[in-house]
Amino acid sequence: MIKIIDLVKSFNGQVVLDGINLEIPTGKITVVIGKSGVGKSVLLKHIPGLLKPDRGQVIIDDVDVAQARGRALMELKKRIAVLFQGGALFDSLTVFDNIAFPLREKTRLPETEIVRRTLERLEQMNLDPEVGNKLPDELSGGMKKRVALARAMIQEPEIILFDEPVTGLDPPMTNTVFHLITKTHQESSYTALIVSHDIPEVFGVADYVAMLHKGRIIAWGTPAEIQRHPDPMVQSFIHGEVDFLEV
Amino acid sequence: MIPDFVRLLGRTILNLIQEAGAMILFLLEGLGLAFLPPFRWARFLEEIRLIGVKSTLIIILTAAFAGMVLALQGYYTLRKYGSESALGSAVALSLIREMGPVLTGIMVSARAGSAVTAEIGIMRITEQLDAMDTMAVNPMQYVVMPKLIAGLVAVPLLTAIFDVVGILGGYLVGVVMLGVSSGAYFSGMRESVVMLDVNGGIVKSLVFGLTVLLVACYKGYYTEHGAEGVSRATNQTVVLSAVLVLAWDYILTSFFM
Repeated sequence: MIKIIDLVKSFNGQVVLDGINLEIPTGKITVVIGKSGVGKSVLLKHIPGLLKPDRGQVIIDDVDVAQARGRALMELKKRIAVLFQGGALFDSLTVFDNIAFPLREKTRLPETEIVRRTLERLEQMNLDPEVGNKLPDELSGGMKKRVALARAMIQEPEIILFDEPVTGLDPPMTNTVFHLITKTHQESSYTALIVSHDIPEVFGVADYVAMLHKGRIIAWGTPAEIQRHPDPMVQSFIHGEVDFLEV
Repeated sequence: MIPDFVRLLGRTILNLIQEAGAMILFLLEGLGLAFLPPFRWARFLEEIRLIGVKSTLIIILTAAFAGMVLALQGYYTLRKYGSESALGSAVALSLIREMGPVLTGIMVSARAGSAVTAEIGIMRITEQLDAMDTMAVNPMQYVVMPKLIAGLVAVPLLTAIFDVVGILGGYLVGVVMLGVSSGAYFSGMRESVVMLDVNGGIVKSLVFGLTVLLVACYKGYYTEHGAEGVSRATNQTVVLSAVLVLAWDYILTSFFM
């Protein structure tokens, strides 16, 4: 269970997260929705400790992420993988080396086993083994996302955080990525947090949905509950209505 | 009532002190990680290739012309006093004490320093450093430390190449073109250059190598605001490292004098 308690974060005096309270259930897919620039990625980056909160806590199985140091922090990070918005593939390494990177750095597996596992992940993402020889720059956006997902999955993490996993992808590739997330989740039962503004696709993969607005969680529930939520802001967002306050 | 310019000056000085402190802490962390496993020999050798080997050609070119112009200027100055035979020692001392380390530092900053900043800056803005961090791989140890150590090793070696090529460039102009005796050129050098000069050059090149790579890594690591930020950081690296090389040169020269 990931517990986010009274999380506050500001940048240059501007409050982005203003007392977030959220519980992310183990083994489920939770999606945080909200408009662009509302702080969804900022929220996500507090979970692996990439950002430190001004106030509040992120607790993963009784460990406060911001307070964890040394070995405890390393152990925590080994349990978490992040799929970044742009993939964050290392552009000096081939696709194969990108996927194998966590195994080479953090395990003592023999190279034959690393090769086997890496090829297995490529296949799981419906990627040809030949793709392994390419550099990230030679891939399409959708392929980059699949390679990044393969890299995130290779250490079989307990928690995977997805930062806008389908941004910039065409509808078929969006469906492919969401299908892969669903498929890998069914196979591995990891805890997933997805931040996205892709409505209605996210409702198809989510067990729970939370809506972030003006630094706070204004709605939380199952996809069906969110779709029936009485808050006009939630309804306006999920129906894609023009926000006259923002125009 | 404090005038605005005093306030601005004070703020600028405080910012400079703050940034200098942050850079020193960054350096200590980067160098400290060299003593902790995993030891990244492959990464270190790769950085030696990028920072050292790939800078060799530009160092040879710069050194050849620097030596040639030194010989040309030196010859006509020394001729006024009938001391053309001292040309070898004048060229060698200028190169070993000053021009070798300084020009090598500046050229490495222009060629490798800017590339290092751009590389790390792009890794920062495309979240590659964050990705590494989430995989429990310390980006300071994987990315920064090998570059700092490579700078420390490569720049003194490049400086040695610079000195040798510069002396040969001076030979070409002084001996081959202007007719100074070859024996006088080298014997003057042997008599006037002492170990203190060589050691001074080595110390300078170590300091300049570390300074250039520190500035390059630091500016890249803290890049913000997308492509424009990378461009600004790269620019700052070249300007700041050149200024720091010259400032360090004065400080170190005053110690060795």
